[in-house]
Amino acid sequence: MKVMIQHVEMKGIVKRFPGVLACDKVDFDLKAGEVHALLGENGAGKSTLMKILYGMYQIDDGSIVIDGTERHFHSPADALDAGIGMIHQHFMLVPTMTVAQNVALGQPSSRGFLLDLDVVSERICELSAEYGLKVNPNDLVGHLSVGEQQRVEIIKALYRGASIIILDEPTAVLTPQEVDDLFIILKKMVKEGHGLVFISHKLHEVTALCNRITVLRDGKMMGTRSAEGVERHDLIKMMVGRDLKTLQHRDYNPGPARLEVRGLHVTGDRGVESVRGIDLTVHSGEILGIAGVSGNGQLELAESLIGVRKVDSGSILLNGTDITNLKLNERIDQGVAIIPEERMLDGAINDFSVQENVFLHDHMEKSFRKGIFLDFKTMAAHARELVREFTVKTPTLDTPIKNLSGGNIQKLIMARELARKPSVLVAAQPTRGVDIGASEYIHQRLLMQRDSGTAILLSSEDLDELYELSDRIAVIYEGQIMGIFERKDTDIQTLGLLMAGIKPGDPPKPEKVIAACED
Amino acid sequence: MMNIFTWDVLSGVLRTMIALSTPFLFAALGETFSQLSGVVNLGVDGIMLLAGFFAFYAVFLTGNVWLGLLLAMLVGLVMGLMMSFVSVTLKAQQGISGIGLQMFGLGMSSLLFKVLVGTVTSVTGFRPVKIPLLGDIPFIGSILFNNNVLVYSAFLLVPLSWWVLEKTTLGLKIKAVGQNPAAADSVGINVNRIRYFSVCLGAVLAGVAGASLSISIANLFQDNLTSGQGFIAVALVYFGGWSPVGVLGGALLFSLANSAQLWLQVLGINVPASLAVMLPYVLTIVVLTVAVNRGKQPAALNKQFFRGEN
Repeated sequence: MKVMIQHVEMKGIVKRFPGVLACDKVDFDLKAGEVHALLGENGAGKSTLMKILYGMYQIDDGSIVIDGTERHFHSPADALDAGIGMIHQHFMLVPTMTVAQNVALGQPSSRGFLLDLDVVSERICELSAEYGLKVNPNDLVGHLSVGEQQRVEIIKALYRGASIIILDEPTAVLTPQEVDDLFIILKKMVKEGHGLVFISHKLHEVTALCNRITVLRDGKMMGTRSAEGVERHDLIKMMVGRDLKTLQHRDYNPGPARLEVRGLHVTGDRGVESVRGIDLTVHSGEILGIAGVSGNGQLELAESLIGVRKVDSGSILLNGTDITNLKLNERIDQGVAIIPEERMLDGAINDFSVQENVFLHDHMEKSFRKGIFLDFKTMAAHARELVREFTVKTPTLDTPIKNLSGGNIQKLIMARELARKPSVLVAAQPTRGVDIGASEYIHQRLLMQRDSGTAILLSSEDLDELYELSDRIAVIYEGQIMGIFERKDTDIQTLGLLMAGIKPGDPPKPEKVIAACED
Repeated sequence: MMNIFTWDVLSGVLRTMIALSTPFLFAALGETFSQLSGVVNLGVDGIMLLAGFFAFYAVFLTGNVWLGLLLAMLVGLVMGLMMSFVSVTLKAQQGISGIGLQMFGLGMSSLLFKVLVGTVTSVTGFRPVKIPLLGDIPFIGSILFNNNVLVYSAFLLVPLSWWVLEKTTLGLKIKAVGQNPAAADSVGINVNRIRYFSVCLGAVLAGVAGASLSISIANLFQDNLTSGQGFIAVALVYFGGWSPVGVLGGALLFSLANSAQLWLQVLGINVPASLAVMLPYVLTIVVLTVAVNRGKQPAALNKQFFRGEN
């Protein structure tokens, strides 16, 4: 193994992109054996700063000093050679290859031009055991869960001898259980003398894991704090530049049933039954939260409710009328609104403008037409009004939506859906990958919508969010509802256990065994 | 109606099948490398034509088949560099640049043939080399072990390609670049260099395929000598699911169809010739409709790679 880096210092880092000052004289330092968090909203310059350290971007001013020597990295390969690794938010893995092949890729082989996958596998098993990574070198990466793929990325960095590892929003794609597992691994790595940079915008994770926290805002450094004894609202203020508003919960006063699901059975993509007999009722003026680890049927449930997935049996009632066999279009016309889980895939058309995305469905409305022609003037006015009302930050209405930040795209989708004054809103992961400011706004909007009488079915993997917003919470596990609770009658711990399929009093589950690594 | 199901006819059909599969194998195995790295080269047919012409012309002038083969490979290399430059460096749409290459090869080979040769003339191409002992096995010997060196090489290329793709670091890099170029780039693999290499390797092999038509099978050159075999070779890559063994199966199946239609004509069986000639092409369409496993298709096939985008 290479010599472990003891101290990385980035001094007065300046990075300009056309029209943007991404990093404005930022200082950052990292010592061996610590986790240093980089906290900030989307676009604050966290990733840019770390991509500079990883050799992906070149600095315009400032210096990088490693263990007393100034270094210049011209490519990731340079940084890796120096012992700095980075785990990107989008994994850099080849899904059709095995773990061992992915790790071996681009690395010199001990047998020259011949692959030495057996040697690589052995080393993977060593690392896997040393850090508790539980990775099987012979597994096909495409068959692994997101959490497992992330561990493969960690192995890749360790295999390449990285002593400093940068983790770019590593928890954004993980379930609560996976986050816990990841933290155990990261703590082990720190113990072994690695230095970790943890990029995040989730406060509770940062305070739970890190030793020091540096906050960036708009490319500027807002300060570094020791994690011990730091106040949450201080960090938020540094990040967002203001205090967050506390959510206004009005009393829970459910009206008549709006959405009723009876004995629903749905088959998932892999041909297995994903929803296995679900009964739910969502009332007017109520948020019903669906808690569950991803892949337990919530996606299929949402898809069948909005009409893009066929129902095997059971029925769906909207305001008492059976809509089980209606098409998506017809359901929207009947008052169903959708915030889809994959916003860039199902919620918007990337290359369409902001305005066009507002009218993906409503362009057929009479009020936006003049005979067979679109009435662009009225459409623009409507779109402008929505953008203003929902504070969507966009240069113009003609800007392609892919150029907007995740939070703004989500706000626009929400604006579009809520403008129809729906009687039922199906919201799947509405704040995933969305920064704090926009999340806060989306939360407020959801509550406003609830108060105005809409029935909201909210699914989220963020248990804190669900607990905060929902009036009632249903826990889904392997396609079945484990229980439905009023918020005041339950707590996060109970819900977390139910999400893992453990009912109170059940014995703990056995650990998964990695066969390929056994002697 | 005469009896066509005799040992002699069967042996003849199979012998022709083996010979006819040579250009398919070279071209399709080469295209497999190209496509695994993410580049569809639709210009294979054009490369085969121009390389086939040069191979023929060299033999026509000097009588040296090796010089002809070398020239064909060089033509392939140059056209491969053209294809890579346009579609990898300049990031043009691969389908368009490939068609351009095909039309260039078709037109250029016809032009050169008219100017330099004029009329269809035969040459003496590669001669069969009987492998001692194996070549004496009855029936099988004459089919498998009494061929020329190009035929043997084409079949040896199947396990060789498999070995390179499955057992070497180069093969791993090629496949990674075709599946997820961003991931390959992130671990320091030069995506463009790997694509240049794969496309050029494919083009050189397409050049050999052309030579195998003009100085091994037909031993002559004429306008559009390939009659679209290069396109069938591209289809064979899909048919074979991007694996050398699959390509072998496809190449044998299609040359069997080809060989069968030739023998139908030779034997004077009363089938309209144009219908018989259609057989392999119809088979292409049918097989591609039924058999292609898109799941194995390289994910970055036909996609340009831009650094810094995911």
